[in-house]
Amino acid sequence: MNEIFMNVGFWVLGITAVVASLFMVTRENPVHSALWMLLTFFAVAGIFIQLDAEYIAAIQVMVYAGAILVLYMFVVMLLNPKSTGFIKVPAKVILGSVVALVLFLQIVMTLMGTGVIKSAQMSGMNLPEGLSNVKAFGAVMFTQYIVPFEVASILLLVAMIGAIVIAKKD
Amino acid sequence: MLTLAHYLVLSAIIFSIGVAGVLIRRNLIVMFMSLELMLNAVNINLAAFSSYLQQMTGQIFIVFVMAVAAAEAAVGLALFISLFRNKQTINADEINTMRG
Repeated sequence: MNEIFMNVGFWVLGITAVVASLFMVTRENPVHSALWMLLTFFAVAGIFIQLDAEYIAAIQVMVYAGAILVLYMFVVMLLNPKSTGFIKVPAKVILGSVVALVLFLQIVMTLMGTGVIKSAQMSGMNLPEGLSNVKAFGAVMFTQYIVPFEVASILLLVAMIGAIVIAKKD
Repeated sequence: MLTLAHYLVLSAIIFSIGVAGVLIRRNLIVMFMSLELMLNAVNINLAAFSSYLQQMTGQIFIVFVMAVAAAEAAVGLALFISLFRNKQTINADEINTMRG
């Protein structure tokens, strides 16, 4: 029974993510694009829950859907760019689609070429007794990966200062 | 029955749509959104392998990818605001001062 739920969930979330990202790429109005991107992010958050990454799903919703998307909407509304020149060169569209399709086929061919992946069953995360996903995550993050964590904080600080300096009126 | 390949192919599809978005669209903001889509596809890959190998490391790296994506969005959108102030356009075809 659980198996059926996992399957149905995967197909619903996967198809939602793919369709929403297709709409995101093809909508003329950037605001519509941003809203379709929001739907993609929520579907991907559902995929994360399926993959036993509950904490990642939560920060996906908070950071991507909450922070980054609001930033995009803010800039789109602030600039209010006229959408002239939307996909006016069909040759460019065909070329771009073909390049993306070839890239996709290459990835799939590589996947099929590796024997490990064909029979790989997803067994789910085997957490130690009494540890939730967040506890196990934190235990690894703040012991083994403490230095990259600090470097990431410096990166965010630099980006924050940089964004203020660049966008400021002289 | 769900296998690792299901998640990897889903991630490949979303990544390719992101590549197509960057190549097709001329609106710089939408091109940036497509970049976020590609980063998200990579995150699905990392989560799938983390679950498959029963290792936390993949999920740790998702957090780092998200931090980089947030930093990139902030700086990139600041650049667009600065660009729009000087050029009154964010169409990639009209930004051709360097004849690129």
